[in-house]
Amino acid sequence: MKKELICIACPLGCRLTARWLNEETIDITGNKCPRGEEYGKEEVIDPKRVVTATVRLKSTSIKRLPVMTKGTVPKDKIAELLNRLYTIELSAPVLRGEVVMDMPDEGVQVLSSRTVRR
Amino acid sequence: MKTVSFDTLVIGGGASGMAAALAVAEEGWKVAIVEREESLGGILHQCIHNGFGLHYFKEELSGPEYAERFSEMVESSNISVYLNMTIMDIVKEGDGLTAFGLSMDPGMVRFKVRTVVFANGCRERNRGNIGIPGTRPSGVFTAGLAQRLVNLEGLVPGKECVIVGSGDIGLIMARRMSWIGAHVKAVVEIQPNPAGLTRNIVQCLNDFDIPLYLSHVVGNIKGKDRVEGVDVIPLENGIQQRDKMFSIDCDTLLLAVGLVPDNELARKIGVALNQETGGPVVDSTLMTGIEGVFACGNLLHVHDLVDFVTEESFRCGTFVSGFLKGKRPEKQYKTNPGKNVKYIVPNHYERIRENRFYMRTLIVKNNALLSVKVKGTEIYSKKLRHIQPSEMIQFSLTEEDFKLIKEEGPMEVSIE
Repeated sequence: MKKELICIACPLGCRLTARWLNEETIDITGNKCPRGEEYGKEEVIDPKRVVTATVRLKSTSIKRLPVMTKGTVPKDKIAELLNRLYTIELSAPVLRGEVVMDMPDEGVQVLSSRTVRR
Repeated sequence: MKTVSFDTLVIGGGASGMAAALAVAEEGWKVAIVEREESLGGILHQCIHNGFGLHYFKEELSGPEYAERFSEMVESSNISVYLNMTIMDIVKEGDGLTAFGLSMDPGMVRFKVRTVVFANGCRERNRGNIGIPGTRPSGVFTAGLAQRLVNLEGLVPGKECVIVGSGDIGLIMARRMSWIGAHVKAVVEIQPNPAGLTRNIVQCLNDFDIPLYLSHVVGNIKGKDRVEGVDVIPLENGIQQRDKMFSIDCDTLLLAVGLVPDNELARKIGVALNQETGGPVVDSTLMTGIEGVFACGNLLHVHDLVDFVTEESFRCGTFVSGFLKGKRPEKQYKTNPGKNVKYIVPNHYERIRENRFYMRTLIVKNNALLSVKVKGTEIYSKKLRHIQPSEMIQFSLTEEDFKLIKEEGPMEVSIE
C-alpha cells in the first residue's frame, strides 16, 4: 500500500510517497530533509491539526470570542470538537490563554485567544 | 477645535502602526496613534487562525494573540491612542505637519506634528476591480469581509460557496467556511500555480476535498436576488476556452483577489506612488517624497507575514526617530528591479549602514540565484532554494559589506 502526500513542513512543498513495508514500518521517499520524513509518518499514521474557531460570548465589546486548541488535535476528532464548541456560551471577562473547553478523554484543551474585559 | 502636539502621528493602529509607534516612543519622543476601529490590532482581530509570530515571538500564535501582545506593549508605553478616529486631511504648516482627525467624541482634533507615519494597511480588490460579468445579486463578498462577518460578527455569509483566488486569504476562508458548516465547492485561480503557501493548500483545501481549478476564471455570475451559480471558464495560453465552460451552483461567491495599499490620503497630499506595489515611493529611510512623512507595513507593500510587517515597521520607527534628531540620508542611490524581479523596497539605499531589502520575483523556480549589480559589477549574490511570486524575498547589505564594495551608484537586482 502507498499514499501520496505533500509535505507542509516548509515552503518547498516536497511531494512525498509513503509506503507500508509491513504493518508497522512506513518508508517515506521524496523528502529533501528529515522534517519531511517526520511529517510524512505522522500524516499517514495519525494526522493532526491545530483548530481555531469562535464561541458565543456575552460581552459589551465583542460578539464572538476567538479560540484555539492547545497544540494539535487528531483530524478525526475535529468535527466533534467544533460541534461542542458551537453549543457553549461564555461571559466576559475572559483572559487570553484561559481554558474555555476541556475534552480530557481526547487530551484536548481549547484556549481563549483574546482578552475581553467587559 | 481641540489642538494637540506630538513629535509623531502614526495613522493606523494595526501591527504596523503599533510597531512603528513603539520604536519612536522608545527613543523618548511624544507619539500618537490614530485608529479608526474601537480597539488596536487592525486586521489581526479577524485573523483567528494560527501561524502568526513564528519569527518574532518564536511561537505560533493566532492573530488576536499577536495583536494583544502588541497592544499591551502600547498600553504600558506613554503613546497616546485615539480610537474611533479617522484622519481626514494633512497639510504642511511651517516646519511641521498638521493633521485633522475626526471622531464622534471628542469631534475634530487638530494634530500639530513633526512627522507622520502612514501605517493604515490595505483595502481588498473587489468585483469591480477584476470585472466579473453577470447579474448583481447579493451573496458576492470579498474574502476579508466574509472573514469579518464570520469571525467578529458571528454571521454565516452563505451555505454553498465558490472562492475566486488561491492566495492565503482565499485558502484560509475555504477552511473557515467548511468549519462553520458551509460547503465550499471550488476555488478558482486564474494563474497556473496556486498563489498561497503549500501548507495552506494541504490544510485548507485537500483536508476538505475542495477542488482547485488552476488557469480558470469565473466568467459569469448568475442569480436574480441571490447568487444562484457561476460559470467557470478554463484558460489555455491566457485565452478563455468558452466551449469548455461549466457551471457550479452556489449561493455565495467569495473574492480573494488581492489587496491594494490604502493610499488615498497619501496621494491626496502629493505622495508619489510606486506602480508595482501601489505603495509610496520611499527613500532608504522609508520616508516618502514629502519631508517628514514615512510609510510602512502593508500600506508600503503587501507582506506575506505579520512578522515581516513588524520588523519593517520597527525599522521605520527608528528612522523616524533619527529624522527627529536631525539625521538625514547623505547620499542615496536608487534600487532598480532587474530581470525577473517585480519590485524592490525601499526604492533607495545608503552605503553607510545596514540596508534591508524586500522584493518579489515574477517567476517560479528551484535553485535560483539573486544577483545585485552596481554599474554592471556584481556586488552581492545569494542562492535561493525555491522562489515564487507569492513568497517575498529578503536580503541585507551591511556597513561591512559596503566597505568591501567600491562601486557606487544605482543598484540593479535580478534573479536567474
